[in-house]
Amino acid sequence: MSEFKVRTMANLVAAGEEAEILFWVGCAGSFDERAQKITKAVAKILHAAGIKFAILGTEEACTGDPAKRAGNEFLFQMMAMQNIATLNAYGINKIVTACPHCFNTLKNEYPALGGNYEVLHHTTLINQLLQSGKIAIKGGAFKGQRITYHDSCYLGRANNIYEAPREIIEKLDAALVEMKRSKANGLCCGAGGAQMFKEAETGSKEVNLERADDMLETNPAVVAAACPFCMTMLRDGVKHHNKEAEIEVKDIAELVAGAMDL
Amino acid sequence: MQITNIVLQEKHMIAQILFIALTGIATYYFAKNLGKIRRNILLGKDIDLTDNKPERWKTMLRVAFGQSKMKARPVPFVLHFIVYAGFILINIEVLEILIDGIFGTHRILSALGPIYNIAIGFFEILAFAVLLACVVFLFRRYVFKLKRFQSPELKGFANRDAATILFIEIILMGALLKMNAADQMLQAAGAAHYTVAGSFPISSWLVVPFYQMLNFQTETLILIERFAWWFHIIGIFLFMNYLPYSKHFHIIMAFPNTWYSNLKAKGELNNMESVTQEVKLMLDPSAVTPEGYQPPTSFGVKDVTDLTWKNLMDAYTCTECGRCTSVCPQNQTGKLLSPRKIMMDTRDRLEEVGKNIDQNGTFTDDNKNLHSYISEEELWACNTCNACVEACPVNINPMEIIVEMRRFKVMEQSAAPASINSMFNNLENNQAPWQFSPMDRANWTNED
Repeated sequence: MSEFKVRTMANLVAAGEEAEILFWVGCAGSFDERAQKITKAVAKILHAAGIKFAILGTEEACTGDPAKRAGNEFLFQMMAMQNIATLNAYGINKIVTACPHCFNTLKNEYPALGGNYEVLHHTTLINQLLQSGKIAIKGGAFKGQRITYHDSCYLGRANNIYEAPREIIEKLDAALVEMKRSKANGLCCGAGGAQMFKEAETGSKEVNLERADDMLETNPAVVAAACPFCMTMLRDGVKHHNKEAEIEVKDIAELVAGAMDL
Repeated sequence: MQITNIVLQEKHMIAQILFIALTGIATYYFAKNLGKIRRNILLGKDIDLTDNKPERWKTMLRVAFGQSKMKARPVPFVLHFIVYAGFILINIEVLEILIDGIFGTHRILSALGPIYNIAIGFFEILAFAVLLACVVFLFRRYVFKLKRFQSPELKGFANRDAATILFIEIILMGALLKMNAADQMLQAAGAAHYTVAGSFPISSWLVVPFYQMLNFQTETLILIERFAWWFHIIGIFLFMNYLPYSKHFHIIMAFPNTWYSNLKAKGELNNMESVTQEVKLMLDPSAVTPEGYQPPTSFGVKDVTDLTWKNLMDAYTCTECGRCTSVCPQNQTGKLLSPRKIMMDTRDRLEEVGKNIDQNGTFTDDNKNLHSYISEEELWACNTCNACVEACPVNINPMEIIVEMRRFKVMEQSAAPASINSMFNNLENNQAPWQFSPMDRANWTNED
């Protein structure tokens, strides 16, 4: 990040400053090479909107989502309580994250353990920034392109967020084409429930390839995602069909950052 | 003349006594079985689902009465709506049958006049529509063999159960039409006791011509009318008593089950309080255990009695329609996991536990538990994507049972797949599910 420095909460507090919002990066966003690009796009958008944000940096740990879904409540609560101690020590009120799994856990499962924050998914925040005019998309970059949006289960069914990502795509002047299974009826990418970290059980097909068929049917130029795990699964699906040259899989944040020339 | 009157009166009396006795027996057994089901459901762990009552009533009205979640599939929605409306409305006629049966009257509600005529006419149309809908349902299931009715878990009783219900409904509606056909001919012939009442827009052309062709006279018609009347009501009593053993029990359970719906975000898994206390003690060695604190004895779900009563109510509510399984990403890609089977297994095991209690007074170990029914292969396949929960027309949650059973596997038996155990290790050591150094977490900030 050469144009600006992403600051940590520790750094900010040491300088006697406060952050408007904490950017919760998540494990995929921190370590996965492809997801790091999403993370950078979000940081650039927040910076462009003039929002004073910070990250936890090395003080951030996994929210515990995969442990909880896999049945390890002990491990989940240990991770959660450590994170809550960190967040509460910094007096965090508002969090934005680009990962629907982190979003769900922070928003719905931390309150029972003493972590109460206003938690936003990045698509919701970006949509608000566009609506309030804090950022603007220089139309044209994706004009007329066929974009299909893949609903993340943890954003959609889990938290009823279906419209924010779609409203953003419409603002790109793109042609939003829906897959046959979308919104509440959307098909999982295959990663959730800790499946990301294990081999699939014996069957006739991988879930992400089933989803890839849905995507290809819409004949898209871009497949828009809003989750770093969906990103991995959808890209594998596109690669499986040797369509990388024709179909780009991009996060909503990358589309917006691209349209803003960031 | 007087003697025949007395004989007739006696016949009526015997019929009335027989009817009252039958009603009593049918109600007794039905209540007894309801009581058993209630007992079984209450074997589950307690959970408070009585908050936000206005929202609960609204959910029940929308989802159960309004059938809102059925609309996702228009063809079965329309067919099911006909049968549902038939069930609710034709029951008004059953009320009349009950009164007539007890007091020896005939079409007692005909006193309502024109309204009665319209109602009876409408019920006939509805009964015929129900009959047709059930025939279409049979075709969908056994002739067109819709995929969602071909799953392995439907083999055996479940398959017979579905057919039984549809046949009973067809036969009952048929009896109603036959009864009305004979009744209107008797009315026309001015037979004693047959009040001129009702309108018969279906049986008048569907059934009456047959009776006329066969040249049925008053006596035969009375026999048919009485037979169909008794057949209809006895059929209903049998049907009512079959319900507690059937998937069709949803016609009752749909209402309480939607009232007790989960009103929280679907993504939220419950917090295990028993673990919270343990973790607090672990993280803070100076923490003091609260007075009277009992360390938890077990974690997760081993058997049905470890589930909440709502999970168990879900199992009795399931009508095995398979919408959950048909949208499950894992089932669609040929994996063993089927959310419908999770619910059927839960009910089967609960019934087994219930019978065990009936026989032994208290539950006696039978060397089985819910894991004897649901395999690891099924449990570990779940994406926790909530597609099954979203699809269920009566707000059943199969996913919660899966996660609870995983909890038992992991926390009681350390029996997770090896790759899942590595992920746990990475979380503990690296604070991420992968083997990256936590110190590298913010490295991306130094790149472009």
